[in-house]
Amino acid sequence: MKRLFFILIITGFFIQASGQKYITKNGYIGFFSHTPVEDIKADNNQVASVLDISTGEIVFQVLIKSFRFEKALMEEHFNENYMESEKYPRATFTGKITNLSAVRFSSAGVYEVEVEGDLTIHGATKKVKAKGTIEVAKETIAASSKFSIDPEDYNINIPNVVRNKIAKTIEITVNMKYSTSGNQ
Amino acid sequence: MSAAQENLLDMLDKDSKSDINYTSATFKSTRVMNGHSVERMPGGQLDFRISHRFGRLNSGAYELFGLDQSNIRFGLEYGINDWLMIGAGRGSYEKTFDGFAKFSLFRQSTGARNMPVSVSFLSTVAVNSLKWADPSRTNYFSSRLSYVAQILVARKFNQSFSFQLMPAYVHRNLVATELDPNDLYSIGAGGRIKLTSRISFNAEYYYLANPKKYISQEVYDPLSIGFDIETGGHVFQLIFTNSVAMIEKGFIGETTGSWGKGDIHFGFNISRVFTLKRK
Repeated sequence: MKRLFFILIITGFFIQASGQKYITKNGYIGFFSHTPVEDIKADNNQVASVLDISTGEIVFQVLIKSFRFEKALMEEHFNENYMESEKYPRATFTGKITNLSAVRFSSAGVYEVEVEGDLTIHGATKKVKAKGTIEVAKETIAASSKFSIDPEDYNINIPNVVRNKIAKTIEITVNMKYSTSGNQ
Repeated sequence: MSAAQENLLDMLDKDSKSDINYTSATFKSTRVMNGHSVERMPGGQLDFRISHRFGRLNSGAYELFGLDQSNIRFGLEYGINDWLMIGAGRGSYEKTFDGFAKFSLFRQSTGARNMPVSVSFLSTVAVNSLKWADPSRTNYFSSRLSYVAQILVARKFNQSFSFQLMPAYVHRNLVATELDPNDLYSIGAGGRIKLTSRISFNAEYYYLANPKKYISQEVYDPLSIGFDIETGGHVFQLIFTNSVAMIEKGFIGETTGSWGKGDIHFGFNISRVFTLKRK
């Protein structure tokens, strides 16, 4: 009984300490590739992310297999041929809000932020810088961003036969809604 | 990556292990070579297939090594949902119309559910539409029919190697002689090795368990080898086989070519997938 009490106190302490961390498990990341031949769009609503408002550190974890395409065949090719999702099941981003002082997490509002960090896709890691917004509400924090990446930078091999169907630069959209419990 | 960031990632890792991770693309196409693979068309996808088998390679230069003759089957095959596909086709071999339904019973998966193999069930019916050999006798439509039931069990061992076993039962309503069996039992094995992300080497063999001495034709077990080449919405399958028929009923019990004698047919399947229903 004494021990249980002790454990309760300890865990209670940790929950307090992690009050600075905002979590989501069903954030949205989508991408869009435009060419004159074909537009390709994919959505992933199962992105996990943590934002530590005390340090400005932010991480994302994206399961590659959770991207949904309009055409089932595209989804298969995306996983099988381009992303090799058996070998590289997830993409991650670990970074930091570089202008953290511009955001006042204590008062509701929309703030422009800059994020910098390492983006790992298909086993290759590249430094990425992106602009975004953070919207502080009563119990939640929403974050969104749009930036572009080149598949070539991540050793994603696109053969000549489909070269004209897949854009050289892919637009990424990020929409997160964080809460302290992660249930948003 | 700082230690703090690593901790944050670990936090997420703990939650993401409970998903079911389904294995995809055990084979590139719904066919290994002649016969079906465990794969099915996803819901809302239409597969238009054109298949050719040319004449025998050993027919010599006069026949351009078989290319002067050609057997064709074309088919339309559709995924009704993510576990059922249906298809219909017409082949020039015995002027046969065929129809099939393929059910996806189990899918290979890891994670929250561990399933070592994918299992599909295939049921086909074929209608031979040749003119009656003897129009003077009483001929029944049912004599034109034959049925096949097949269980397909496949495992994708790794990214490049998949293997499939497929026991098959063939029933023919009418056979050539009294001695010929109406029921045929066969077990097939097939596999693929991926050479690049878009090209794979495939092989397929069906062992006919019925004693061949009771079959009036001289028949051989069908063996097919070839390549899958995938380009976006198309899959090309290049095939060398000793069978001209492209449906189960034909290649399991009626393959008259022998690899040993050089009765090898070059052929191809072309699959073009159209998305009818978008997700």
